Amino acid sequence: MNDFIPAFDFQSVVVEPWTFDAGGVFWIILMGFLANATCGIVGTFLVYRRMALVGDAISHSLLPGIVLAFLITSSRDSFPMMIGAIIAGAFTVFLIEAIHRSSRVKPDAALGIVFSFLFAVGVIMLALFADRVDLDPDCVLYGEIGFIPLMDTVSLGGMELGPRPVVLMGSVFLIAAVLTIVFYKGLLVTSFDPALALSLGIRVNFYHYGLMAVLSLSVVSAFEAVGAILVIAMLIFPAVTASMVTDRLPFILVLTLPLAFVYSVAGYHLALWLDTSIAGAMVVVATLIFGLLWIVSPRQGLIIKGIQLLRSA
Amino acid sequence: MNRIGKSLRLLLPLALVFQPSAHGAKIGDIRDTNAFEQALRFWTFQDVAVQYAVMGSILMGICCGLLGAFLVVRKLSLVGDTLSHAVMPGVALGFLWSATKDPVAIFIGATVAGLIGVGGVNLIKQTTRIKEDSALGMVLAGFYAIGICLFVMIQRMGTGDKSGIDKFLFGQAAALSASDIWLMAGVTLISVIIVAFFYKELLTTSFDAGFAKSSGIAAGFFHYLLMMLLAFAVVVSLQATGIVLVSAMLITPATAAYLLTDRMGWMLVLAMIFGVFSAVLGAFLSFLGNSLPTGPFMVLGASLVFALAFMLGPRHGLVPRRFRERSRRIRIQDENTLKALYHVLERGGFESQVVELAQLANQLNESAPEASQRVEQLTKKHMASISEIRDEKLAGFRKEIALTPTGWQRACEIVRNHRLWELYLTNAADYPADHVHDDAERVEHLLGESTVRAIERKLDFPRKDPHGKLIPSIDDMARNLGQGTSDVSPSGYRQPQT
Repeated sequence: MNDFIPAFDFQSVVVEPWTFDAGGVFWIILMGFLANATCGIVGTFLVYRRMALVGDAISHSLLPGIVLAFLITSSRDSFPMMIGAIIAGAFTVFLIEAIHRSSRVKPDAALGIVFSFLFAVGVIMLALFADRVDLDPDCVLYGEIGFIPLMDTVSLGGMELGPRPVVLMGSVFLIAAVLTIVFYKGLLVTSFDPALALSLGIRVNFYHYGLMAVLSLSVVSAFEAVGAILVIAMLIFPAVTASMVTDRLPFILVLTLPLAFVYSVAGYHLALWLDTSIAGAMVVVATLIFGLLWIVSPRQGLIIKGIQLLRSA
Repeated sequence: MNRIGKSLRLLLPLALVFQPSAHGAKIGDIRDTNAFEQALRFWTFQDVAVQYAVMGSILMGICCGLLGAFLVVRKLSLVGDTLSHAVMPGVALGFLWSATKDPVAIFIGATVAGLIGVGGVNLIKQTTRIKEDSALGMVLAGFYAIGICLFVMIQRMGTGDKSGIDKFLFGQAAALSASDIWLMAGVTLISVIIVAFFYKELLTTSFDAGFAKSSGIAAGFFHYLLMMLLAFAVVVSLQATGIVLVSAMLITPATAAYLLTDRMGWMLVLAMIFGVFSAVLGAFLSFLGNSLPTGPFMVLGASLVFALAFMLGPRHGLVPRRFRERSRRIRIQDENTLKALYHVLERGGFESQVVELAQLANQLNESAPEASQRVEQLTKKHMASISEIRDEKLAGFRKEIALTPTGWQRACEIVRNHRLWELYLTNAADYPADHVHDDAERVEHLLGESTVRAIERKLDFPRKDPHGKLIPSIDDMARNLGQGTSDVSPSGYRQPQT
C-alpha cells in the first residue's frame, strides 16, 4: 500500500518543481489554467442552458472529426483538426435534433445514441489506422498534459510567445472571453429566458449555434491535454462550484478564473505527489472543492439542510 | 440428423462453460490469417476464447437489453452513462484490493461505486439548485477522474496485470474468462427473475409514478432496485464493452425496440434480441482484426439496428411515414379532382355525362397539362376514363373525361362530406355561412361513414347546404350518372320511412 500512495514529501512535491524545472512546470500549469478557464466560461452558459450533457456529447463525438482530419492531412497541424472538430460538433447537434424531432425518441436517449455511435466510430478508426494516426488511445481517454510538446514554440514579430499548444489554447481563451463580453447581453437573455429573447428580436439560433461552435473549438483545443471525457468536468465544475457561493452570473463568470487557477496548480502538485495523470488530478481537485462547498455552503449546503431537516422533524 | 447436429453445436459452448479449467488458444495468437479464415474460426466456435466471447455477448445482450428498456421508458437514458463512468473508481479499488484481476472483487467494488454515484446525483438534486444534467455530468466526470488517477497509479506499480485493466476501457470480449461468464450468467438470471417477478410494479412505477404511489407501491424501492440491477449489468459488461461505451448497449437496442412497438412486453423481448444481435456482431467484427476493441464494434452493431428501426420501422419509421404521407397527399389530390368534376357536372345540371378537359382545367385554375395529369392519376385507379374525340369545328381533338361508377360514388361522397360539414358548422356550431368553406375543404377528406351518419341524424337528414346547394344523397350515388337529374327527383336525404 505504501507503494501505492507515496509519502508526502513537501520538498519534492511543492518546492523542487519550481526551483529545478520552473519553465516546464510553468507552461504545464498555464496550459491547465487556460484549458480550465476557457471551458469554465463556455461551460457556465451550458450549465444555465441545461445543456451540460450536450457538452459531454460533443466532446465525445469530436474524436472521429479529429481522426479524419489526421487521415486527410496526415499531420498534427491544429488548424485542420479544429475544422474537423467543428464539423463533427455541428453534425452531432444536427443528428441529435434530427432524431428526436422526427421520431418519438426522447432527446436524452437521442443524445446518448448519437455520441456513443460517433465515439465508437472514432475509436474504431483509431484502432484501424493506428499506424497513420499519431494519437494515443489512452490520450483520448484522459489526455496527458505533461506530454504537450514544449519544444515547438511560436514567435510573433521576433518575440517568442511560448509552446504552440499553449499559445493556441491562449488564443481560444481570448476568443471565448472576448466573445462572452461582446455578446454578454444576448447570451444572458437567450440562456435564461429564450421566450423573452425571441420577443426582443434576438436571434436565439445564432446564439445557440455560436455557443456550440465556441464549445467545439474549446473542447478540441483542450482535447490533447485532457482527453474527451475529463473535459466535461472542466465545463461543468467551475460554474456549478461558483454557483454554490453566488447567484449572479457576472460573479460566477469571474469566479471561474480563480477556480481554474486553483484546479491547475493544486492538480499539478497532487499528480506529482501521487505520480498519476495530471488532468485526472485536476478534476479530482475540482470534485473535492465542489464537495467541500456542497457540505459547508450557507444556503444549499448539506450541513444547513441537515440542521433544517432535524428541526422540522 | 442435420438438426440434431445444429442443436449440438449450439449446446457446445454451453457445455464448455461447465469446465472452467479449459484453456484454448487466445485470440490474437495467430496473426497470419485472412478475414475469411478468422470468420470461419469464429462461427465454428473452435476456440474456447470464441465460445466464451459469444456466451458473454449473448448474456450481456440479454441483460443490457432487458434493463436498458426500463431506463429508456423512464427517461433515465443518461443515468446509464453516469453509472457506467461512476463504477470506475470501484473497478480500480477492487482490482487493487485483490491485486489480481479477480472478477468478484471488481464486481463488489464497482457496484458499490456505481450506487454511490447514482445516490450522489439524487442527493445533489435534492439539496441544491443544481439541475439534473449538471449533476449527472459532475458525478460522471468526478468519479471517472478519480478512477483514471487510480488506474494510472496501479499501472505505475506494475504488479497488476496491465493488459487486463486496459480492457476495462474499451472492452475485449475475447479476454473473458470462465469466472466472468459465470458472473454474467448469474447477473442475467437474477435480472430476468426480478423483472419477471416484479414486472407489474416496475411497469407501473415506470409509466405512472403517481398511480404507483397511490396504489401503495414503493416507487423509491423499485428505483433503487433497478439501479442496483443496472449497476450489476454495467459491471459484468465492462469486460466485453468497456466503461466508455457500455451505456450505449443499455439504451441503443432498447430505443430501437421502443420505435417498433407500443407494448412493454414486446419492447423487452425486442430489446433483448437486438442486444444479443449487436453484442455478437461486435464480438465477431472485433475478432476479424487483430486485438481490435470489442465495445466500439458492439455499439456500431447497435447503432445499425437503431438506424434500421428509425428508417424502416413499420409504424414510426421515417420511410414508411413519408410513404404514408405521400399516398395521403395523392388521395387528397384525387378527391379534389373528383370534386371539381362533380362541380362541372352539377353546373351543367347533370345533363352531360362527360366533362371536357378544358372545363376541368378552368374549374381547378390549372393549365390543361396539369389537369390532364390529375385525370391520368384517376384513370390508374379506375375512377375516370379519358377519351379523345375528333372535333370537326376545331379541326382537332378534344379530350373528354367520364367518371366510372366508383369515381362517381367517391365524388358524391366528397361533395356530400363538404356540404354536410358546412351545414353542421352553421347549424350546430353557429358559424357564419361565409366562414365554413375552408374548414370543410380539409374535413371532407377525413370524415368516415359512421361520422357522416351521425351528422346526418343530428341535422335531421338535410337536403341543402348553407349556400342552398343540394347535398348528394345515397340515391344519387347509386344512380348512374346521367340517368335522370336532380330536378326530376330532388336530391338530399329523405326522411327514413317510419
